[in-house]
Amino acid sequence: MDRPSWAPSEVDLSRPSAARVYDFYLGGSHNLEVDRSMAREAISLWPDLPAIMQSNRAFLRRAVRHLAGQGITQFLDIGSGIPTVGNVHEVAQQASPDARVVYVDNDPVAVAHSRAILAGDERTAVVHGDLREPEAVLEDSRVRATIDLDRPVAVLMVAVLHFVRDEDDPARAVATIRDRLAPGSHLAISHASAEGRPDSAESHQELYRRTPTPMTMRSRAEIARFFDGFDLVEPGLVWLPLWRPEDPSSAGDRPERMTGFAGVGRRR
Amino acid sequence: MTASAQDERDAEERSGALLELASRWAEAVAGTSYVSLPRPEVEQLLSGLLRRLVAAARLRGVQTAAAVGAEVGAALVDAHFTSPPTLSRTLAVLLDGPPGGGSAEEDGAGEAGARQRWHRVVAAVAAGFSAALQERALREQEEILRAAAEAREQAEQALHVSEERFRAVFEGAPVGIGIGDVDGRILEVNPALEAMLGHPAEEFRRREVREFMHPADLEQVWRLYGELVRGERDHFRLEKQFLRSTGESVWTDLTVSLLRDEHGRPRYQLAVIHDVTSLRRLRRQLEHDATHDSLTGLANRKVFLDHLDDVFRRAAPGARAGLCFLDLDGFKAVNDTLGHEVGDRLLVAVARRLDAVVASSGHEVARLGGDEFVVLVSDCSGPDQLIALAEDVLAAVAEPVPLGSVQVAVTASIGIVERPIAGIDPAELLRAADITLYWAKADGKSRWALFEDERNARDLTRYSLSSALPGAISRGEFVLHYQPLRRLSDGALHGIEALVRWQHPNLGLLGPESFVGLAEQSGLIVPLGRHVLQVACRQAFAWFGACPGGPFVSVNLATQQLRDEGLVDDVRVALRDSGLHPRQLQLEITESAVIGTDLLTGSTLDALSEMGVRLAIDDFGTGWSNLTYLRRLPLDELKLDGSFLRGLRSGTDVDPVDSQLVASVVSLAHLLELTVTAEGIETRAQVDHLVAIGCDAGQGTHLGAPADRDETGRLLGLEPRPGGSRRAPRPTAPTALDEAPTRSG
Ligand SMILES: C[S@@+](CC[C@H](N)C(=O)[O-])C[C@H]1O[C@@H](n2cnc3c(N)ncnc32)[C@H](O)[C@@H]1O
Repeated sequence: MDRPSWAPSEVDLSRPSAARVYDFYLGGSHNLEVDRSMAREAISLWPDLPAIMQSNRAFLRRAVRHLAGQGITQFLDIGSGIPTVGNVHEVAQQASPDARVVYVDNDPVAVAHSRAILAGDERTAVVHGDLREPEAVLEDSRVRATIDLDRPVAVLMVAVLHFVRDEDDPARAVATIRDRLAPGSHLAISHASAEGRPDSAESHQELYRRTPTPMTMRSRAEIARFFDGFDLVEPGLVWLPLWRPEDPSSAGDRPERMTGFAGVGRRR
Repeated sequence: MTASAQDERDAEERSGALLELASRWAEAVAGTSYVSLPRPEVEQLLSGLLRRLVAAARLRGVQTAAAVGAEVGAALVDAHFTSPPTLSRTLAVLLDGPPGGGSAEEDGAGEAGARQRWHRVVAAVAAGFSAALQERALREQEEILRAAAEAREQAEQALHVSEERFRAVFEGAPVGIGIGDVDGRILEVNPALEAMLGHPAEEFRRREVREFMHPADLEQVWRLYGELVRGERDHFRLEKQFLRSTGESVWTDLTVSLLRDEHGRPRYQLAVIHDVTSLRRLRRQLEHDATHDSLTGLANRKVFLDHLDDVFRRAAPGARAGLCFLDLDGFKAVNDTLGHEVGDRLLVAVARRLDAVVASSGHEVARLGGDEFVVLVSDCSGPDQLIALAEDVLAAVAEPVPLGSVQVAVTASIGIVERPIAGIDPAELLRAADITLYWAKADGKSRWALFEDERNARDLTRYSLSSALPGAISRGEFVLHYQPLRRLSDGALHGIEALVRWQHPNLGLLGPESFVGLAEQSGLIVPLGRHVLQVACRQAFAWFGACPGGPFVSVNLATQQLRDEGLVDDVRVALRDSGLHPRQLQLEITESAVIGTDLLTGSTLDALSEMGVRLAIDDFGTGWSNLTYLRRLPLDELKLDGSFLRGLRSGTDVDPVDSQLVASVVSLAHLLELTVTAEGIETRAQVDHLVAIGCDAGQGTHLGAPADRDETGRLLGLEPRPGGSRRAPRPTAPTALDEAPTRSG
């Protein structure tokens, strides 16, 4: 049967994708010319961007190490992006070889790529899901088969919540997931904020309107609210480089230039 | 200082310099690209690489040096140092580096050679880095493109699956569905819509939405449509007509929704269309039926009586009112010889003529039932006015009525009553008209008669049946006829209804309509009913024996019997004396008898039901009770009035309203766990229809006409059982009632 002309196709390679743009910032080549030209334009307006992205990715690494150090062996990484150096399962499995990780993303290309990379790995699963539909994510059979929600889980929402617009009610999504988590579970969030660089934020958000996932930067107070029902672990919700830096010097002298907040909370 | 101590110190020095260089290197490349390592680990990685480079530069083998340099370049890329600045900064740091610090044993000439070898190694790093980077980039490009293709394919596949599901729903939906774009072009329609409007899909696709405008469309339909396609509203719903290809109109419940693309721009419109033509017809019909006679469209009995009450209540002092009460002469003969169909059409024709005669005058015409009509003149000047009217009516009715191939000539008789409103009430007025009609008939039919008080008084004494009633019971003039109730699915005998007749010495066999009213007025109904009950039970025992699961005998109870405190005892005695099992006796009561049921009746019914006697509601549908009310009573069966079956007589042309009504009554009754017997079944088609509806049992000429005892026994193959009653000898002599000679009627 022919596809009726009125049924839209889902994979549109003519628009930049947040996942691939991010890969470019991190020095990867898992990207297309649309992604690179958007990224170059962004960098020309805001040269710190690659550093900010690296700072974000480094937070992800530190958060996973910390959580694995707390004995957590199950990770639910929502908005996981394109697999690149320092994937969550690599970091987690260094600490505990039987750690299990589910990667969830709503970008079909990122999902297909993740599946190709992780094919055959029993301890990981890749789910095409959307943070805005948390019930479906929690019910997903692959999620259920890989992690046990009745035991502590670390949920990672790293650099993803700013892709959920206010009208899609990100707080509800986070709360829905929180309510399904066992005691001892954790939530790690990093989130873009205009508070560090109010001058650059607007043009940057403008650029992301070209992608299927427009960007909403939020204030520190707004981001803190996502941790309702969680107790923030030290040092709380802070600029990206300030969250448990491995050596104090690496935080740099102007951490607010890395315009994002990061935090990890423990479910009450 | 020993040589080895010197060596150790040199080595320490060299490695201190090396670490310092590694740290500078790490500093230089920090942030050029993302490596998943904390800073100390980066330094460790780099110092390891540095050590390999230094070692390689000491060797004389050009090949080895280049190979090690290339490996180190590749190792950088492996650690995800992937950006061009990483390389340029790396080169800047390395070119500054060894051999100076690392090669104390070299002489001047050696120094130059060492530096040259170092530069070669560093150049090899650059080459190795570039090659690895290029390879990596190509590999990742390939990966991402393959992932994109894969994702596309999966999306297509998911789409395919969901499309197939959608297709199945679309094709199989019992409602019409159409999809169009916002320019009004129709893109797809489903088979249900094709069938509903009678156009094939291609025809739809050639047309535009606006071509489906109907002349009767309200302006708002197309205003809402305009708002929808412009994206100002997301859906609307309304009732709208469409023209079928045949030219008729279809009433639909139409919902149109707007489908937008991912940017929120209007793209398509989706119409979901239910055909509500028959529903609307039913709705209108029900409204009309409540106030109109379904056959002729005239006001019905209820409306007429309400109106009459109104006239009396609102009458000015001194106002007069009159009635012409009309009944066709020999209508029964028309029905019997030409069939009900013709009879009905005749009634319709008569109704039209009556309507035409009084139309201009503003008088009201109603059909009271059967072939009885009435004209009410609510503000009349005197008897002459009514007589003139009656003559006009008689003349109009007398014109032969062409009914298909035959001309039917009928006459009518009219009873006229005309009175000052003040001296009479509506019921009396009606009764007077009824009596007068009887005079007109008795005087030779095809005429009118005017009510006179004296004649009325004379009649009362002379012809009163009521005076003859008491003696008639003892004289054995009442006999029972029986009519079978059959299970519709297989025709098995469900029960048998006992029907009382008066074998009048002068008037012949009289049906209950001629004497039950009188018996009720005089209170004789109670003894009469008791006798009927006893005879019926004895006869049933004679036919069926005591058999709780077998056919039952069904006996009609009058309202007064139901109110009689002795009823429960009468029933108990009748059962005991006959030996019949209580489940084999059914008592039929009318809706009106139980409406507004008083406590006594309620407890009577409960007592009977507890005894095991079956209780049925007779002529259901003619009164104004409803099932929700009846559910409080301990009933077993509902007997659906024959008037409901009229529309189901023919096999081909079934009246959807009647069919719908019967079906809903049956399903409601079943919900209340009542069996349903349909009365007045005249045709095979009705049986088929009722079976399809799920009706349990039926009664009517098609399933067996009423017949006297002997005839019934023969017809049903029921041999009287020897012994009759199980009580012998009988306590009372057999009443004349069941021994009376019978004549079929
Ligand atoms: C900037 S990347 C972050 C990748 C990874 N978490 C990290 O921090 O290194 C953001 C990812 O979120 C995904 N994303 C955006 N909106 C999403 C949503 N509503 N549900 C799931 N994933 C989403 C994008 O496709 C993209 O892959």
